[in-house]
Amino acid sequence: MYPSLTRFPGDLFPEFEALQRQVEQLLDGRAWPSSIRAATRGAFPAVNVGTTADAVEIYAFVPGLDPASIEVSLDKGLLVISGERPSDLPQESEQVTVYADERFAGQFRRAISLPEDADASRVDAGYHDGILKVVVPKRESAKPRRIEVKELAAA
Amino acid sequence: MDTQQAPVKRATDAPALLPPVDIVEDQNGITVKADLPGVSRENLSISVDGETLTVEGTVALGESQKMEAVYAEVRVARYRRSFVLGRDLDTERIDAAMKNGVLTLRVPKREQAKPRRIPVKAA
Repeated sequence: MYPSLTRFPGDLFPEFEALQRQVEQLLDGRAWPSSIRAATRGAFPAVNVGTTADAVEIYAFVPGLDPASIEVSLDKGLLVISGERPSDLPQESEQVTVYADERFAGQFRRAISLPEDADASRVDAGYHDGILKVVVPKRESAKPRRIEVKELAAA
Repeated sequence: MDTQQAPVKRATDAPALLPPVDIVEDQNGITVKADLPGVSRENLSISVDGETLTVEGTVALGESQKMEAVYAEVRVARYRRSFVLGRDLDTERIDAAMKNGVLTLRVPKREQAKPRRIPVKAA
């Protein structure tokens, strides 16, 4: 169904989790209310990872945070995104009633394993509209390149 | 207050994620906060149809054109969620603010719906 998911042998996430997410996503897609809370509670933040010819791009869906409070670290090919999202719910009282409390609050930590050819020494991270984008360039030697064919002088 | 989900029109609506929300009511109205990461102010639409409030947003990641997905937990680039507002809420004066992917909606109560003391007159 998603061949690109299994392309990386070093993927940190077990296959069953990917399968579970696929099922949840299918339910999400049809706006089935019962499954959605479970899906959003499952892992915070949700992470998308993609590659281009030049870099690995990681998108973490971390809305409502101060960019300075997001911790991004890299150690031995493992990218770790961590931080804390404080709850902004008011205290319930006679006048204040909380009807829904679905948004994530508390500490979070996600680890993403980077492919072999990622160059960990040059990482770029930016935060925009609640999305943390981390770009890890690929090593020069790993980039696809064109090899020029030279004309050899006749022997 | 009725915060039930509006019936989903499956035939016409494109697939969308249901964003998580916090809903708090106080004396003057209701505050809804929704997580919509990746949605900019321009890509957000809030509409009221009768008593149904619908929040809809499209995700723009700004990813590279030739990107190949390796691992995708968010596979639908759209959020949608509807709420049926009660008659006591003033749909004319809804306030919306978007910051860092979090939408804050303030729906005030109609004046006549606000709690008030009923004075007891001496008979």
